[in-house]
Amino acid sequence: MAGKPMDVKVKIGIVLIALALAVLPFMLASVGTAWVRITNLAILFCLLSLGLNIVVGFAGLLDLGYIAFYGVGAYCYALLASPHFGLHLPFWIILPIGAGLACLFGVLLGAPTLKLRGDYLAIVTLGFGEIVRVFLNNLSQPVNITNGPQGITLIDPFKVDGFSFSKTETFLGLTFSGPIKYYYLLLLVLLVVIVVNVRLQDSRIGRAWVAIREDETAAQAMGINTRNVKLLAFAMGASFGGIAGGMFSAMQGFISPESFVLVESIMVLAMVVLGGMGNIWGVIAGAVLLSFVPEILRYTVEPLQKAAFGRLVIEPEVIRMLLFGLALVLMMLFRPAGLFPSKTRRREFAAGEQH
Amino acid sequence: MDVFLQQIVNGLTLGSIYAIVALGYTMVYGIVQLINFAHGEVVMIGAMVALTVIGSLAGANTGMPPIVIVLAGIACAVPVCMVVGFTMERVAYRPLRGAPRLAPLITAIGISIILQHLAMLIWSRNPLSFPQIIPNPVFEIAGASITGVQIAIIGLSALMMLGLTALVYRTRLGVAMRATSENPQVAGLMGVNINRVISSTFVIGAGLGAVAGVMVGTYYGIAHYTMGALLGLKAFSAAVLGGIGNLAGAMLGGILLGLVEALGAGYIGEFTDLCHVSWISSGLAERCARDGHVVLMGSNYQDVFAFLVLIAVLVFRPSGLLGERVGDRA
Repeated sequence: MAGKPMDVKVKIGIVLIALALAVLPFMLASVGTAWVRITNLAILFCLLSLGLNIVVGFAGLLDLGYIAFYGVGAYCYALLASPHFGLHLPFWIILPIGAGLACLFGVLLGAPTLKLRGDYLAIVTLGFGEIVRVFLNNLSQPVNITNGPQGITLIDPFKVDGFSFSKTETFLGLTFSGPIKYYYLLLLVLLVVIVVNVRLQDSRIGRAWVAIREDETAAQAMGINTRNVKLLAFAMGASFGGIAGGMFSAMQGFISPESFVLVESIMVLAMVVLGGMGNIWGVIAGAVLLSFVPEILRYTVEPLQKAAFGRLVIEPEVIRMLLFGLALVLMMLFRPAGLFPSKTRRREFAAGEQH
Repeated sequence: MDVFLQQIVNGLTLGSIYAIVALGYTMVYGIVQLINFAHGEVVMIGAMVALTVIGSLAGANTGMPPIVIVLAGIACAVPVCMVVGFTMERVAYRPLRGAPRLAPLITAIGISIILQHLAMLIWSRNPLSFPQIIPNPVFEIAGASITGVQIAIIGLSALMMLGLTALVYRTRLGVAMRATSENPQVAGLMGVNINRVISSTFVIGAGLGAVAGVMVGTYYGIAHYTMGALLGLKAFSAAVLGGIGNLAGAMLGGILLGLVEALGAGYIGEFTDLCHVSWISSGLAERCARDGHVVLMGSNYQDVFAFLVLIAVLVFRPSGLLGERVGDRA
């Protein structure tokens, strides 16, 4: 596909999408800056889902502790760029450190467990996520490293020379607020990650992952070093999580262990599953959809309930979680390959039903 | 008070509960090779239902003796959980039999999220205090104290384990269950109604889970809609430790895990007390002289032990203590 000259229609389409993405934050900002922030979080979840997609979608390894890598990246940034230790390193140094550290954790977790069968792996990763959370919560004694449940505050925003991502600036008559700057940065990172993912998918490694997912024994027989290739999937997924975590830290300015709980792992998994495991565009669609659902619920369900019952009967947060659960169940029952399935994945699930 | 003996008593109590929950995992796994992720949630629902029943009966001044009220709570929790277990299998797992392994695992996670949040809607977002109405005498044995509730938990668990063993090895249903776990197709050809056997496995496991839920609630005096997740995970670790799919293994694994956890929580503070190595730095020696202890990891790390055991077992002996070595099934 890459070698084929692009259709004019496709070219026009890409230009239009690029334009739409470029003006989007200003339109959102006119509604309210909150919506720009929500969009930024949605892009962050796209990054996370793409990272998890490598592990779950490409390589078929169910990782239920993925948010731990996100947490590692986030805490790495927070500790190296906040008054907590008095360190203020620039972000281009910390982000690679965070990615590397998350990658290291991925390998540490993966090395002993990857020879296990899929369902065991799921449980072990889940346990790993819990362990990381317990440590984040308790590493304030006897030496205060993580500041325990209070979390870390006053984390530095991204800064390049005098240009800070948290200040509002006016340029060519347009107001660039902090969130809008982060939007463009996140979009750029997302673009890079998408390119990396697409290239990975078609690469030798990507095909090795798919081979392992479809039939590990056969893959091994074809000469694939399954352990190393699986480990690579784990490490790459983890480092994407680490980068996303670092950006989350800088954007929010505050993190605590509460942000890295099991429910978040499951939310990212739901995004991957909903969009279609192994399909990059599907996963992005799933992430965007599930990121905006809770916000839309907040703006529709709350007033609706207040009008109907005079008070809030079911909180939108609960409805969101119920929807996530339902999405996971219904998707597996009726469209196991996702809303926008990848071709091979659909074939695999169809073949599975004939057993 | 003897710390070692005391932690053994606590560990046995905890372990009996883990064992009963682990039986639910291991039975289902033995028959359909599926980790029923939502089993912890069934335990939670058991605790919640019992909490409501016991609370309202105790508050109504019926004059019933406390033991009868608790038994009534169990009698209500068990059927509710059985219905939940049955429905779960019918709706979420049966249609996916034969699908890739990932599929039922993901539905199981979905079910557990749904059950958790339904429970939160019905009961409460906040931890509820579990009515502790049974008189709880404390007995002193050889320097350790054991409460009436602890004795009841250990005794009831032993009874249930005996009952389950009798069911599996002495009844027609038990024969059918063992046949199905051996080879479902052949069992079906021999006239076993596989669907019914699988359903009854889920139902029996859920019933055991309900009782475990009541025991946890009574023991800790607290019930919360998220209590099932961690408990389920630990019980699963216990099942894997004993060898998943193996009944005796689940019982042994549960008890062992309870002991490891209790002893770990009791001694980790002492083991990681930096004052044993206070010669490392003069600052440390100063702090030791002032505070007596500089504990690196306290008993708040208790929850980590189960996972460490799980990971260690999976790495060094994936088939568990009593499990047979099985080949990979694709």
